[in-house]
Amino acid sequence: MADNNMIQEPVMHIDDDAPKKKELSERQLEKLAAKRKGPKYKTSLGDKLISVITYIVYSFFAFVCVYPVYYIFINTISSNDLSQRGKILFYPQEVHFNNYKQVMKLPGLLHAFEISLLRTVIGTIFTVITAAFLGYMFTRETLWKKKLWYRFIVATMYFNAGIIPWYLTMNNLGLINNFWVYILPMMVQPFYIVLCKTFVESVPKELQEAAEIDGAGTLRIFWSIIRPVIKPILATIAVFAAVNQWNAFQDTLLLVTDDKLHTLQYKLWNYINSASSLKAAISSVGSSASAQQALAQSATTTSVRMTVTIIVITPIILVYPFFQRYFTKGIMIGAVKG
Amino acid sequence: MGKAKKEMDLLTVSALKKKRKGKIEFLYILPFVLLVAVFSYYPLWGWIYAFFDYKPPAPLEMKNFVGLKWFKYMIDDPVKVKEVLGVIRNTFAMSGISLLFSWFPMIFAVFLNEIKCVPFKKFVQTVTTLPNFISWILVYSVAFSVLSSTGAVNQILQSLGVLDKPKLFLQSSDHVYFTQWLWLTWKNAGWAAIMYIAAITGIDEELNEAARIDGASRMQIIRHITLPSILPTYFVLLMLNIANFLSNGMEQYLMFYNAFNKERIRVLDLYVYQLAFGGTGLYSLSTAISILKSVVSVTLLAVTNKVSKLIRGEGFI
Repeated sequence: MADNNMIQEPVMHIDDDAPKKKELSERQLEKLAAKRKGPKYKTSLGDKLISVITYIVYSFFAFVCVYPVYYIFINTISSNDLSQRGKILFYPQEVHFNNYKQVMKLPGLLHAFEISLLRTVIGTIFTVITAAFLGYMFTRETLWKKKLWYRFIVATMYFNAGIIPWYLTMNNLGLINNFWVYILPMMVQPFYIVLCKTFVESVPKELQEAAEIDGAGTLRIFWSIIRPVIKPILATIAVFAAVNQWNAFQDTLLLVTDDKLHTLQYKLWNYINSASSLKAAISSVGSSASAQQALAQSATTTSVRMTVTIIVITPIILVYPFFQRYFTKGIMIGAVKG
Repeated sequence: MGKAKKEMDLLTVSALKKKRKGKIEFLYILPFVLLVAVFSYYPLWGWIYAFFDYKPPAPLEMKNFVGLKWFKYMIDDPVKVKEVLGVIRNTFAMSGISLLFSWFPMIFAVFLNEIKCVPFKKFVQTVTTLPNFISWILVYSVAFSVLSSTGAVNQILQSLGVLDKPKLFLQSSDHVYFTQWLWLTWKNAGWAAIMYIAAITGIDEELNEAARIDGASRMQIIRHITLPSILPTYFVLLMLNIANFLSNGMEQYLMFYNAFNKERIRVLDLYVYQLAFGGTGLYSLSTAISILKSVVSVTLLAVTNKVSKLIRGEGFI
């Protein structure tokens, strides 16, 4: 049945393709048709219609993803007065950067930025080195009870004790209100280890064997032979780990009450949730603007929220285009593994 | 004779050496094994709190042992029964809608692939994938800014005459399941599509070429070549989704949670969190629900893996 369709129907299409093409004089369609690559074959009206609809629908999807962030950005650099009244929709007006200056002065915000940055950098380094080393070790045939330990680690992907046991564990370990709570629990990530192991397995064994004959030990082989070869996958993992660290929120929410260890994400959540504490924070900053500037440039709860949002989102947006190929590669290798 | 013995000795010596080396290598990974033991296995010990009446500052004592009280409490106490049923309904609704629309990223990928203008295609792919990498707090902040009474959506709808006064979209109990699905899709669809795009790229170009020469239209190529080639990928992801049926995660719902939508947005993960940290102090009940959830989840995972093995010949674990 299916095969029949495929062979017969199109013949009809080709037959009545020529007259329809003349009828369809819309320039856009012509252009789209012209842009098509590959060997020449006739396109039917239906195909062109699909093209047009596809372009419209995907433009809409792209718009829906881009516009909200753009909207917030133009509001942070426009007159706060106009922004409050919802007048800034498509382009900035009365541009100023006072919002950013004032937000920097909010108590604890700069510190929260440092904490976020610190956990991202340290956490990523620890996670990547762990993944690389364990991924390599689990390819060593000599390793004592290799399979057992590998399963011991990978099995943890599939269960979770729950919030209370998690909290109690951290409490027993003295990690509540401790910076290392951001690093240590995230260090051994089974999924990354599986990725590394798969990659190391694809490296020719002869490389290791040759080094072994030359007298290199397990660690030496890791550092001098394996590490340089698996750099691509490490870059991918680093990007994933960094994004996870930057976005992490639950650990701060559950395990950290000390203001000094709050991350940027947590601060933003606080600002959104309690307008009163935000107002207090704003008034403590005071306004450096002169009287006539005051209304247009002094911080409001909305302006602070939006500005902090842009500050938190910017690192991701800046980094993203450069690392997109790594993201894609990561998900692909993951897919192969299933 | 002697030569053979010498060789045997050498063999055992090298075997012994290997064994010793293996033990030393184990010492290298021991710290990491310990980390896993401490952070992933040790918390399981905390499950015993579900069988006690636990009041935090006081240490756990045998006299507080209550057996299955908390498990019974869930089905005996009429107020709790109603609450738990509501939570289960929400969890099923949110996961159900996700399953129902799980084809969306696939279709998204299929038609994205139909776009021949490469820069446009790249642009769409980039911007639709980006939301996956921002946190739920940021997503909520974006929603909050765009949907507030003076936000873009209200302003635009009012100037178009669709609304005559601002509508508070977030402070509403209407369509909570669907709007939450929309946000989830906004964040994830582009990313989920990458897997399918990869699968489509893997299709043999000669197949498409042959179909075109035979005069197949684009829709026919999609129906008879593209879709069948990526269905296995869809199947695996569907199975994984079913395995995660009870785990919606709590961050999204914690962000969007408010007094207006709380009856509809409270999913299992959020409920467990609120029982523990929401001021009610029902720590043991929270743990009991965690246990039930874990047991059901692991069972689901085993079942879907088995189904996958039966149908595809291989599992995904």
